[in-house]
Amino acid sequence: MKQEITVALVGNPNSGKTSLFNALTGLNQKVSNFPGTTVDKKTGYTRLNADTRAQIIDLPGTYSLYPKSADELVTYEILRNKAETDFPDIVLFIADASNLKRNLLLLTQVADLGVPVILALNMTDIAERRGVFYDVQLLSDALQVPVVPINARQRKGIAEIKAHLLNEKNYSKHTYFSLSGVNEQLLNEVCEITDKRNTYAALQYAINASVLLNTKARQIRTCFEKYAFDTRGFQEKEILARYHIIDEAVRKSRREKSSVKIKSITAQADKILTHRIWGIAIFLGLLFLVFQAIFSWSTYPMDWVEKGFLISSQWVEDTLPAGVLNDLLVHGILAGLSGVMVFLPQIIILFAFIAILEDVGYMARVGFIMDRIMRPFGMNGKSVVPLISGMACAVPSIMASRSIENKKERLITILVTPLMSCSARLPVYTLLIAMLVPEEAKWGPFNLHGIVMMLMYLVGFGAALFSAFLFKQFIKSETKNYFMMELPGYKLPLAGNILITLFDKGKAFVWGAGKIIVAVSVILWALASFGPRDDMRAVEAKYLQMAMDANSGKTVEELAAMKDAEKLEVSYAGVFGKWIEPVIKPLGFDWKIGIALITSLAAREVFVGTMSTIYSVGGDIEDLNNIRAKMGSEFDNQTGKPKYSLATVWSLMIFYAFALQCMSTISVVQTETRSWKWASIQFVYMTALAYLSSLAVFHLFS
Amino acid sequence: MKLSELQFGQTAVVSKVLGEDLSLKLFEMGLLPGEEVALENIAPFGDPIAIRVGEYKMCLRLQDAENIEIKLN
Repeated sequence: MKQEITVALVGNPNSGKTSLFNALTGLNQKVSNFPGTTVDKKTGYTRLNADTRAQIIDLPGTYSLYPKSADELVTYEILRNKAETDFPDIVLFIADASNLKRNLLLLTQVADLGVPVILALNMTDIAERRGVFYDVQLLSDALQVPVVPINARQRKGIAEIKAHLLNEKNYSKHTYFSLSGVNEQLLNEVCEITDKRNTYAALQYAINASVLLNTKARQIRTCFEKYAFDTRGFQEKEILARYHIIDEAVRKSRREKSSVKIKSITAQADKILTHRIWGIAIFLGLLFLVFQAIFSWSTYPMDWVEKGFLISSQWVEDTLPAGVLNDLLVHGILAGLSGVMVFLPQIIILFAFIAILEDVGYMARVGFIMDRIMRPFGMNGKSVVPLISGMACAVPSIMASRSIENKKERLITILVTPLMSCSARLPVYTLLIAMLVPEEAKWGPFNLHGIVMMLMYLVGFGAALFSAFLFKQFIKSETKNYFMMELPGYKLPLAGNILITLFDKGKAFVWGAGKIIVAVSVILWALASFGPRDDMRAVEAKYLQMAMDANSGKTVEELAAMKDAEKLEVSYAGVFGKWIEPVIKPLGFDWKIGIALITSLAAREVFVGTMSTIYSVGGDIEDLNNIRAKMGSEFDNQTGKPKYSLATVWSLMIFYAFALQCMSTISVVQTETRSWKWASIQFVYMTALAYLSSLAVFHLFS
Repeated sequence: MKLSELQFGQTAVVSKVLGEDLSLKLFEMGLLPGEEVALENIAPFGDPIAIRVGEYKMCLRLQDAENIEIKLN
């Protein structure tokens, strides 16, 4: 008979949970969201024997079942509710043997909820190197749970875990903490309110509900007041009592051989990596390396992606009969897809760096080094990762802010991350900078091009810090902000872990940002392809006439490009562009730029493509020089000066640096903050910042 | 003496944690009365600090370390 059991993987952060999950499930895993949350739910399957398979759910790492962050809340929510579909048959608890006491606190809490537990004792090798040995049998006897020594990174002990998962009669039902000191009437009432039979589960739920969850919070608070129940005092006592029990079990099973004392590599490495001068130098050096990778190594794969899409669009265009469907496929869907996929190399490279540094244990040090700098801006050391990742793409970066426990610090990080110059701005800057300075121009030994580009990145970073500082003054904080985290021992990176992380991140980007970019591309394609019927017909007729007139002196391609430009002008997008012209005129923009601003809403780099259509460059939109030349040679009818003056180009660059022209970001902020409020606030403040700054810059330069 | 005043090379034992929210969080992370602590690193800008607690290394800000009372060994 085929059967399936549900296993929840639970443990502290840095206990090797991810490695164990990967060792158990391999690539046979998927990421979805926990119901009603944005927290990633990783599930995978592993076969236990011919008849049984186990569904493994990887729950976010936590130190206790009194959750403090969005991640931790998920772990608690899954384990507390037996009616939950994901409620496990058994908890596979992974503990770091080199730091056993603290790890076991959570184990005792989980067991007291009434869930059977198996203990996987990980990192015994590290403990042994420090001269600490555990007798597995004695530990198992003392804790009354099955104990399996494993090495998750080397995939040792996996078969033993599977055997234990199969052996249902071995499932432990032992509980640890006694509520004997607590008023019984209070417990009865709490059980009634929370509708739970397990008194510990009921009280724990009530305590969490009174501060975190909205349901029944008032009723519970009234009940606590009635019995003058001091929740904080109780929690402290509970934790201390648990440590007391754990101390006892650890003492019975632990042997120390103090003769083995080698100097820890981690301590040595940290002397340098967190050093006042070396620490910062190494951090900046790594940042430089990451930039180098994103901006130069990625050009090759990006070229391949672009070429691939160019070839397939051409193929579709030639193969399918001409018409709306052909046009929709080529200029709507394929163009949108290409706009998504072209950034994948940069995103993969950036996240590869972050995943390696994370797996090695360095990312925690980045937080440690940077915390002091981020603090005046209402953020903390953990905000650095989203901000740096923001230079590739804001969408996965904003998701990466989940590890920040304090709500206010997390919110500020989310709000300012899109100001970091993402890869979609790069093609826009490249085009515009080329209009400002010739490519060969030098300033001393440096390429002037590169300097202006760097300036734009600094402008974005500066604006992010400045906005964060302002938000810090206005956003109220419900809880105190702490910055406490484990600085795990350094390890060699594990290729499997990194590849799986990259796969997840890439998928998150392609699905998260991709579906919106493609959808918006299709809408914008429609806006740009259709217009008031009479106007569109007039353009068609005009060019039909010109095509028949052999003496026009234009080639077929030139005529087609001119026709496209004129059609765009009379299309709905053109109508919109002209409609917003009065608003953007003070910034030095005309209706043509207006069209590009609108089409950029899919993704900023669409600006370049739109400009090439407007200036009827046609064909190969890659030819930046061509667009630049056309834009540069346009003159203002009224003033007779070049349309793209220094002032207009600077104003446009600043606008692209600050404006939130990215539907994917808006959408991810809405899901991450679970409110339209913050997504709207972000859109409004960034647009206002962009508008006012562009206005100022335009007047400064003109 | 406060944890924030601990110097390199000294070890001490935690005697008391002030502030309820702080103590709960610290207890959960294994920093509780009776535990031995030692200063391991100071961040480049002087704050936060990294300490050894029991068998592992954690970091915290000076403002929180000020609320942890210790006795030198």
